[in-house]
Amino acid sequence: MRIESGGVLGNGVRHVRASEGCAVIAFDNVAYNYGGGELLSEISLRLAPGSFHFLTGPSGAGKTTFLKLCYAELLPTAGRVALFDRDVRGLSRDDIAHTRRRIGVVHQDCQFLDHLPLATNVTLPLTVSNREPDVRDLTDLLQWVGLADLADALPPSLSGGERQRAALARAVIMSPDVILADEPTGNLDWEMSLRLLTLLVELNRMGKTILVATHDLNLIRQAKAQVAARVLRIRNRRIQLAGADL
Amino acid sequence: MTRFRTLLSDLMHADRHADRVVPPTGHTAWLTLFTAGAMTFLAVFALALSLASGRLADRWADALARTATIRIAAPPDQMEVQIRAVLDVLATTPGVASARALTDDEQRALLEPWFGPDLPVESLPVPRLVELIEEDDGYDAEGLRQRLAAEAPGAVLDDHTRWRRPLVIAAGRLRLLGWASILLIGGTMAAMITLAANASLAANAQVIKVLRLVGARDAYIVRAFVRRFTLRALAGAAAGALAGMIGVALLPSADAAGGFLTGLGFTGAGWLLPLLLPPLAALVAFLATRTAAFRKLKELT
Repeated sequence: MRIESGGVLGNGVRHVRASEGCAVIAFDNVAYNYGGGELLSEISLRLAPGSFHFLTGPSGAGKTTFLKLCYAELLPTAGRVALFDRDVRGLSRDDIAHTRRRIGVVHQDCQFLDHLPLATNVTLPLTVSNREPDVRDLTDLLQWVGLADLADALPPSLSGGERQRAALARAVIMSPDVILADEPTGNLDWEMSLRLLTLLVELNRMGKTILVATHDLNLIRQAKAQVAARVLRIRNRRIQLAGADL
Repeated sequence: MTRFRTLLSDLMHADRHADRVVPPTGHTAWLTLFTAGAMTFLAVFALALSLASGRLADRWADALARTATIRIAAPPDQMEVQIRAVLDVLATTPGVASARALTDDEQRALLEPWFGPDLPVESLPVPRLVELIEEDDGYDAEGLRQRLAAEAPGAVLDDHTRWRRPLVIAAGRLRLLGWASILLIGGTMAAMITLAANASLAANAQVIKVLRLVGARDAYIVRAFVRRFTLRALAGAAAGALAGMIGVALLPSADAAGGFLTGLGFTGAGWLLPLLLPPLAALVAFLATRTAAFRKLKELT
């Protein structure tokens, strides 16, 4: 099954069809096998620059695996995954590291370097790229996610919501082209989930490609009210475009 | 050569930021510090042993190779004639610098360890000894033996070869043993630091996962661990070398009456050699950690 998926750029008013050669992430007949059977199969899709997608499906359906394939944490057992038009199989370990600097990832159980303060954790992508963080930019970013007062706090002292927002700040500090979020609101209350969603929508309006794996249908409905998001659903190891039943 | 320069650059210019991403505490820190310290301490003694053995081998080889003894066994009434004949032969032998008959007192001193101090050497039928010292070019031992057989039938030339060779070989082997010990100590230290590095890498799997997630290259992650372990090994080895040098300095000093053990130590510029051990230990730690880290990273991700 091939899904040609569109996206939103700018203020969310211009709809762009994905076209050959400009997809940031492309799956071509991809399968993934954990050894105990096939988890994903026959997946073909292209995520256009500036698009906003949700990925849904029951627990264990393969959402996290799909996301890991999107940032080359896993390699497909069959088919082809291309990130920014480069086949991941042809990437060296250094190439993968460089590619990940263009992809911000937010996990449900977002992990940090617990011995370093929040500000240092947020600037970690810059540090590993041998770039000096701009203090004003960092302050702006922490204010944007509402964590300016916690710059010196150690990660273990942060609440779930604060950790999610810190992870989002870390994910966007390199101004990546793509942001992948795996159940980012899984541990958050509704108010905090909406706040995080607002941040993701703002990023999308800046032109970032967003892919959020979630089983929270309310969140998806809320997002669709703000942005032209598309919903992908994993069912029977395959990915489908979800319809109006959402 | 390029690879070596890269390694050296990694060692000298390791990123301090990279160092910081690894949590500073943990049992592996102490393990590395202690291992490097203890191994370098032992290496100082192995070095001292090796150098002392080398000096001993050189001394034995040099001193014994330049002297020889002629043993004269003859009836008492012919002893003086035989001694004179031997000295005459030696006086005309090319390569012999000097020769003299040992006095009764000297012979008594030689026999004292076995027969006590009051041995009446002059009234006993013990052979008389003539000591000769050769010139740098040496002499023809076989030719001298033949001349002695003709001129003084009771004289036997002993050029010390028979018992000098095993002594020199033994001292040489002892020197090799010292160097082998240093190599073994270095290998053991590399193994221990590799284990510590592996333990640290496993304990910091989350750190590595986070770093990989945010786009850190393997070289960056490896540098973080390598710098930490190299500095720890350097600090531990410096302490171990210092303790070892103090230990060697406190050993009894060499003197004329002393044996091999009292000569176990460093002399002159030899005291600088233990100072090479900490940088060597750091280099061992650097290579061991680097290899372990790259291998582990490939396993982890």
